[in-house]
Amino acid sequence: MNEKTELRIIGKPIPRHDAWEKAFGLTCYAADFSLPGMLYGKVLRSNYPSARILSVNTSRAERLKGVKAVLTAKDVPRNESVTRFGQTHVVGGGFEGLYRVLADRKVHFMGEAVALVAAEAEEIAEKALELIRVDYEPLPGIFDPIEAMKPDAPLVQEGRPNIITHYEVVKGDVKMGFSEADIIVENTYRVPFVDHAYLEPESGMAWIDEDGVITIRVSTQVIEHFRGIADVLNLPHNRVRVIGTYVGGGFGGKEDITVEAFLALLTYKTGRPVKLTYTREESILSHSKRHPYVMIYKTGAKKDGRLTALEAKLVSDAGAYVYLSPWVLLYSMVNAAGPYRIPHVKVDGYTVLTNNTFTSANRGFGAPQVCFAYESQMDELARRTGLEPEKIRMMNYLEKGEALATGQILERHVALQETTEKVIEALEERTLPSGQMRIGRGIASGMTSYGRMVFLHDTSRSHVSIEMDGSVTIRAGIQDIGGGQASSLCQITAEILGVPIEDIKIYIADTALTPFAGTTTATRQLYMSGNATLMAALEVRKVLVHKAAGMLGIDPESLDLVDREVIDKEGTGKSLPLKEVVRACASDGVPLYHVALFKAPFRNIAQFERIEGQVFPDFTFGTHGAEVAVDEETGRIQVLKLISSFDVGRAINRLSVEGQIEGGAIYGMGYSLTEEVILNQGITMTPSFSEYLLPTSMDVPDVETILIESGDGVGPFGAKGVGEPSVCSVAPAIANAVFNAIGVRIYDLPLTPEKIVKALKEKKDMG
Amino acid sequence: MKKQITLTVNGVKRELFVASNELLLNVLRDHLELTGAKYGCGIGECGSCTVLLDGEPILACLTLAMAVDGSDVVTIEGISGSDGRLHPVQESFLNHGAVQCGFCTPGLILTGKALLDENPQPTEGEIREYIRGNLCRCTGYTQIVKAIKDSSVKGKA
Ligand code: FES
Ligand code: FES
Repeated sequence: MNEKTELRIIGKPIPRHDAWEKAFGLTCYAADFSLPGMLYGKVLRSNYPSARILSVNTSRAERLKGVKAVLTAKDVPRNESVTRFGQTHVVGGGFEGLYRVLADRKVHFMGEAVALVAAEAEEIAEKALELIRVDYEPLPGIFDPIEAMKPDAPLVQEGRPNIITHYEVVKGDVKMGFSEADIIVENTYRVPFVDHAYLEPESGMAWIDEDGVITIRVSTQVIEHFRGIADVLNLPHNRVRVIGTYVGGGFGGKEDITVEAFLALLTYKTGRPVKLTYTREESILSHSKRHPYVMIYKTGAKKDGRLTALEAKLVSDAGAYVYLSPWVLLYSMVNAAGPYRIPHVKVDGYTVLTNNTFTSANRGFGAPQVCFAYESQMDELARRTGLEPEKIRMMNYLEKGEALATGQILERHVALQETTEKVIEALEERTLPSGQMRIGRGIASGMTSYGRMVFLHDTSRSHVSIEMDGSVTIRAGIQDIGGGQASSLCQITAEILGVPIEDIKIYIADTALTPFAGTTTATRQLYMSGNATLMAALEVRKVLVHKAAGMLGIDPESLDLVDREVIDKEGTGKSLPLKEVVRACASDGVPLYHVALFKAPFRNIAQFERIEGQVFPDFTFGTHGAEVAVDEETGRIQVLKLISSFDVGRAINRLSVEGQIEGGAIYGMGYSLTEEVILNQGITMTPSFSEYLLPTSMDVPDVETILIESGDGVGPFGAKGVGEPSVCSVAPAIANAVFNAIGVRIYDLPLTPEKIVKALKEKKDMG
Repeated sequence: MKKQITLTVNGVKRELFVASNELLLNVLRDHLELTGAKYGCGIGECGSCTVLLDGEPILACLTLAMAVDGSDVVTIEGISGSDGRLHPVQESFLNHGAVQCGFCTPGLILTGKALLDENPQPTEGEIREYIRGNLCRCTGYTQIVKAIKDSSVKGKA
């Protein structure tokens, strides 16, 4: 079904099934749920980025009236285990890190959880935290990953080197490549810590059900953490159930365990329901961040613009715990040379422990960082060769059938020529400068994978059934984080079974009742669960069509399901109401359901040190264009136009796709201009939204979205994923536009007014 | 020290006993089980807790319940018709895909409604200015601004 067949529901801009409840304010998010007799949980966090815990005294807190539990590391049945991210295939190779529930003996970053409290009221729980006495002996910390790599650096985690991982990508011989180059551009780029800043802070509620099962209702991207939570309690996996709520924004920040293990412990110890919601400050302080990187890039080209070589060294700051750092770095490695044809490539990447807040998944997962570097480099090369920025890119873009530096063949359409042309067209006439405002425009292109790395052996399941009245039920263990994940499964099923979308009810995100569909991460749900749902719906359709063919005496091939009817496509006017066919199947004992399992291509990784071969199922390609006005006096940047063009394969729901791309563009704009979690010696200096600055409605332009639909994605109906790709190339597009406006390049994100003013002054001083 | 106050919430008069430090947001969410107003930051920086107080959008996380004794409060649960019909702003949010994760949605719909009540034909610039205190992390605002603009046009027709 990859060709552009006319579809009834797929591709239409229809409101999502979950939008009504949300607009009515009735959606029950994690913190909106309560149970009689519930307790309130709170977490005591470390005030030091690096310290020894000499003693913890909880007796005063325990004696406070209304306090039902005070727990420290010694109360956790299994305090240390291995980080997993919903994957059921054990990869090994240093790919997984330490998961520690509560700090024991030492704290490794500021905000690390040290103790838990459950009490009858929130104020009592807060009071109890104050009564817990922890004696710390501050230790020297290490806050710069480059310093942390040195042999004599203090160790962040006892018994393990600070360098978590070193990867390399090697293609050809870079020495030779640079000797063939006429122009070589060499720069160092830096990108900051970033907070996900979902508006819904981490939250959940746990209770013990009537069978003794620990049940956790939580805002998460990964319900399959239930296994890890059961391990923490030393319980069989089937004694822990996780129910995912509609999530008030995820962006990767609810991919790791957040409140679940704390809730499970507190409810297990007290036997009472417990609710725990982080404060905003706690969220900024303690949950994962986007990795800061230092990126040293050297790119060579011929006079005519053809690239000859690229060499890069990447160092990412993992913070105090491993979490997803090796994975994120691996994404960066594959993406480091960008979507370009380069004969000689060498990339070295390191991810390093420090005493900073730990870093992990954040929308784009290692792709936006390197895109900022490689696309700034391309712009520099354009200037040096005298070529237009789009010309030099279009000359070097990879095409279908060609290989990345890792050797992975791009088996699907690469739409970069089109997306670039569309963006250039849409930028239109240049806005005229006025006063001290300089106008500039820039473009940047990028690639981002969708679907998990193939050596994770990713699978998804979906269950589709049709009821006696012709209404349809989907059960799929997906988490809906606001991207329309659940709704697109409804649309796919409605299309295949010929029913209106309102006839479909979907149950999601329950480890006890919905088939496992894997994580809502890696832009994988439409691809994975979309395909699983498509398979399941097609099986149900087959049964119905077969039955109806018998009833009507018509060849099954000529039947179609439309508007709750089975009709003869040949126009004989013969038809049957769908529910009549369902009833006939039911009385024959024919199964009216199907559970499908979709498998991504499985590969094994040959070795971890050298990244080679196929790592991802496919990529989404796109281009951003920006026009900016830069105030030469104040350094303030205003984004006048922001254009995103992506090959989405096929838009399943146009509104959702455009929404993802617009939201992603602004997420990327925040990354470009204002967002930075500032850590000073491990201490967070930006613990609220008045220091951590998100784009407001006043700061952003209308994003113009241009969709290309090649139909050549690996998702259902040829769709590609867009959730993360939509962020990738915004920052370099804006940085390139700033360069175009004022003739200075900023190598460090975010592009703050101070940096602009300083750079302009330096330029002036140099004459 | 608890004190009795009276609030008209979504058209219904409610007598409540509240502590002197109790916030309107907690009264709505915990006492009245109206969870449409959200906790996003608790210190007036995100707009997720927006409700209408005598028709004006306010931040319930910064408002002491006692201080608004006698007022009229409208939450997201109170703006649709009693027959379950959507308010035009709600409907426009749906049609424009202005709802993604939905966490900012109650606050933004109420703010949009307040703007249109006060200025039925706002320009795009006026809309952007009026909703600046309501953060949305998902949409990038484009569809939200269009939704408010479009419901103003429809409201007039
Ligand atoms: S919760 Fe009130 S402004 Fe954020
Ligand atoms: S829709 Fe998620 S914050 Fe606005």
